[in-house]
Amino acid sequence: MVASANSTQSISITLRVWRQAGPKAPGKFVDYQSANLNPNMSFLEMLDVVNDELTLKGEEPIAFAHDCREGICGTCSCTINGKPHGPGKGVATCQVYMRAFRDGDVITVEPFRAEAFPIIKDLVVDRSAFDRIQQAGGFITARAGSAPEANALPVPKPDADLAMDAATCIGCGACVAACKNASAMLFVAAKVGHLGLLPQGQAERDKRVLAMVSTMDAEGFGNCTNQYECSAACPKLISHDFIARMNRDYLGATVRAAFKPESMASGGGA
Amino acid sequence: MATLDPKIPSGPLADKWRKHKTDIKLVNPANKRKYEIIVVGAGLAGSSAASSLADMGYKVKCFVFHDSPRRAHSIAAQGGINAAKNYQNDGDSVHRLFYDTLKGGDYRAREANVHRLAEVSVNIIDQCVAQGVPFAREYGGLLANRSFGGAQVSRTFYARGQTGQQLLLGAYSALSRTVGAGLVELHTHSEMLDLVIVGGHAKGVIIRHLVTGAITRHSADAVILATGGYGNVFNLSTYARQSNATAIWRAYKRGACMANPCYTQIHPTCIPVSGDYQSKLTLMSESLRNDGRIWAPKKKEDAKKAPADIPEADRDYFLERIYPSFGNLCPRDVASRAAKRMCDEGRGVGETGLGVYLDFSDAIKRLGEAGVRERYGNLFDIYHEITAESAYQQPMRIYPAVHYTMGGLWVDYNLMSNVPGLFVLGEANFSDHGANRLGASALMQGLADGYFVIPYTIGDYLAGQKPGARPSIDSAEFKAAADGLASATKRFLDTKGKQPVSHFHKRLGKIMWDHCGMARTKEGLEAALQKLPALREEFHATVNVPGSADTLNQSLEQAGRVADFIELGELLCRDALTREESCGGHFREEYQYPDGECKRDDEKFGHVAAWEFQGEGKAPLRNTEPLNYEFTKMSVRNYK
Repeated sequence: MVASANSTQSISITLRVWRQAGPKAPGKFVDYQSANLNPNMSFLEMLDVVNDELTLKGEEPIAFAHDCREGICGTCSCTINGKPHGPGKGVATCQVYMRAFRDGDVITVEPFRAEAFPIIKDLVVDRSAFDRIQQAGGFITARAGSAPEANALPVPKPDADLAMDAATCIGCGACVAACKNASAMLFVAAKVGHLGLLPQGQAERDKRVLAMVSTMDAEGFGNCTNQYECSAACPKLISHDFIARMNRDYLGATVRAAFKPESMASGGGA
Repeated sequence: MATLDPKIPSGPLADKWRKHKTDIKLVNPANKRKYEIIVVGAGLAGSSAASSLADMGYKVKCFVFHDSPRRAHSIAAQGGINAAKNYQNDGDSVHRLFYDTLKGGDYRAREANVHRLAEVSVNIIDQCVAQGVPFAREYGGLLANRSFGGAQVSRTFYARGQTGQQLLLGAYSALSRTVGAGLVELHTHSEMLDLVIVGGHAKGVIIRHLVTGAITRHSADAVILATGGYGNVFNLSTYARQSNATAIWRAYKRGACMANPCYTQIHPTCIPVSGDYQSKLTLMSESLRNDGRIWAPKKKEDAKKAPADIPEADRDYFLERIYPSFGNLCPRDVASRAAKRMCDEGRGVGETGLGVYLDFSDAIKRLGEAGVRERYGNLFDIYHEITAESAYQQPMRIYPAVHYTMGGLWVDYNLMSNVPGLFVLGEANFSDHGANRLGASALMQGLADGYFVIPYTIGDYLAGQKPGARPSIDSAEFKAAADGLASATKRFLDTKGKQPVSHFHKRLGKIMWDHCGMARTKEGLEAALQKLPALREEFHATVNVPGSADTLNQSLEQAGRVADFIELGELLCRDALTREESCGGHFREEYQYPDGECKRDDEKFGHVAAWEFQGEGKAPLRNTEPLNYEFTKMSVRNYK
C-alpha cells in the first residue's frame, strides 16, 4: 500500500513547533525537518510521521490533540502559520492537506493561545472552560420520559434552519484563538442562538443567556470588539450575526431580570 | 462456564417490554441517592444514561477519556436516526421497523430486544425534539423524513448530514445540565483501564488520568460501559483515531463474555487509502449510489490509465453486470465484496490499485451539474478536500472500509452482562443488530439504551443490593487491580524497543484486513491465528514507548490500546473461524450461494457465540445462547 514516491511530487518542509513540557514549564519553538512527504497526506498524518521519527530517535513525540480526523469532533486545535486551523476556509486542522504547502516551506505550528485555554503540553490546550459554560446554561431542561409528542410543536422551517446553522458549532475554540481579545462570544452566541430560536428553548431563554455570559466572563474570556476574526476562522463558518442576537437577548434578559417579581413559592403541601 | 440467561420476558412479542416494566423491581426515590453508578463513556449511550439516571436521583460518576464528553465519536454519524413515527403515512409501524431491523441483521439478533428498540424509537424523537435537536423540517414546521437502506418506508429523521452531531450535542446538553446541577460527577481525560469485581459483582473501575498519569480507584453499586465499538482493530477505519476496545476488553478479561466479535460491518463507499502514512478512512454517503454508477476497467492494463482514456466498451459496470436486478443499489456487504474481487483480479484503480470508480457522468448528463450539486454538493466538496479531484469532472475513486462492529459484550434483556452489576450499552454491547446493522439504526440503539432501557432495568439489579454496601477502594480487589496496572505501565516504558506503537497497529490492521476482512476463509483465518500471537510477542518485546507515566503521554495511551487490539483481533479471528456459515457482515467464502449471497446455517449456527476468557495463554471457551425465534421465521434475506 506504499505510495510510490515518484507518482506525486513529494515535498520537504521545516516544521517549527511549539514544545512545552507542561502547564508551568517554559515553552519554545523547535525546528524539525520532514522530507519526502506525499502531498496527499493530511497535516495530522504528517505530524504522525514526524512523531514516529522522533520516537525512533529516542525523543519524545509532539503532543497534539486529534480524534475523528473528519472535521466534526472539534478536538484538533493547531494554529498553523498564525491562523487557527491553518490555511483554508471552513475546515478544521485535520482537514488541512500537505498539498496546501510548497516544497521548502517553513511551517510554524502553535497551540490555540488564550488565557482561558491553558497549555497542557506542546500543542494540547485545556478547553474545559467551554464545558463549564455549557453546564451553566447551554441546555433545555427536558427529563427523559417527560417529552411531549415531537410534532405537537411545529417549528417554522427558516427558524429551524437558522438554529441548525448555529448548532453546527464543533466547540473547537478557533474563534477564541483567532480573536485578539480571546473572546468566546461566537461559541456562546452559537448555543444561545440555537436554543433561543426554537420554541422549546423559550422557557429558559433569559436564564440561559445570563448564566452562560456570566460564566464566560468568569472563565477569563475577553469581549467582542467586532473584528469578526472568529467567523473567519470558524471551521463551520458560523456567522457573527449570532453575537448581535446574543447581545440583544442579554440586554433584554438583564432588563427583565431587574423588574421581574420573584415568586414566594416554597415547598411542602398536603 | 458462564451462565447466559437472556431473561426474555414471556408473553406476546408486543407486550413483553410493557409487561417487563411492570414486573421488574423498583428502587424508592429516597433510596436512589444511596446508590452510586459509574458510567464509562459519554457518547450517545453514555451521556443519555448518565443524565437520565442522575435525573432519577441516583448518584452518577461519568468517566470519559476525551477532554470533553462532546468529542465522543457518535458525533461523526451522518445519515440519520430511524423511528416508527409513520409521519409519512406510508404504512410504517413498530412491527415494520422491528421486522426490517431483524431481517437486516440476517436473523442473528434477539427478537425481543429488537422489538423493544422499535417500540422506544418513537420516544427518542420526542425526547430529542424537546431538548432542542434541530431536526430537518418541512415548510409547515413539522418534522421531515428521508429514506434509507433496507426499508420500504421513509422513517429516517435527520439534521443535514450531521445527525449524529446534533443528537450527541443534545445528549451532551442533558449531561451538562446534570453536571452543572451537581447530580453527575464528570471526569474528563479519564480512561478506564480495569474493572474491579468484588464477590462476583462489578463494583468499580480503575482509572488513569491521561494528563497527570494518576491512577485512581472508584467503587460503585453498578458499572455501565458505553465505550463504543472495536473497529480500530483494523487500524484503518472510519472510526476516530482514539476509539478503542480497552474498556470492554479488560471487562472480558475479568469474566464478561464477548459475543459475536466476528460481526463487523464494512461500508462500500469510502475514499481509498492513498499511502502507508494513512491514519483514517472517510465515508462517502451510501446515498451516492442512487445516481452514481460503479465500474472498474475490463482490462488489467487499463487500471493505471486516466478514466477518461478508457472507452465505454472497456468499462465493466460490475454491480449492474453481476446483480442486474439490484445493480448499484445492492446491499452493502455484496457491493463491498464485489469491489474487492475486482481489485484482487488486478483491475483496481488509483495509485494503490485498491479502488473502483463511482461515476456521475450519466447523472450529470441527465440532471446537469447543478442538479447533481444540489443533491450531493457537500459530499463532492469533502471528496475534493481529501483527494484534490473534482468528481464533477472525473469519477470518484471508492473502496470499502470498516465502520461499525455489531459484536460486543454479551448482555441480557436488561442490558446486564453475565457479570452481575456490569451493564453494557450502545455499540459496546452485541444485542440489537444481529450480524449486520441497517443505516440509521446505530443512533437509535445508543439513545434507546441510555434514555429508555437502562433507567428501568438497572433498578431490578440495584433493588437486590443493600444501599450503601459499596466495597471500600482499599479492599484487596481494588489494590490488586491498581497495582497490576502500574506494573503493566512500567513494562511498556521500560521495554525501550525499536518500533513505535503505530508500527504494530498497522501490521495488526493488515493481518486483520487481509484475513478477517470482507471475505474470510478457513485457511486465511488459520494463518491469522498463527501470525497474531507472534505479533503480540514481538510487540511486547520490541515496542518503544517514550516519555514517562506521570504526564500526558499519547504513546503510552496508544500502547495499551494496541496491546488490547492485538488480543481482541485473535478472538475475532477465532470467532470467524468457528462460525462456519456466512451471515450479514461475516462472510466465509466457503459458505455462499452461487450468486454470492450469504449462506446461513440456522441449524448449526442459529445462536449467539459468547466467548469466555479462561486465563492468559489458554484458549477461550465458546458458550452459546440459542436464538429462539417465536414470532418470526428465519428466512433467506432477499432484497431482490
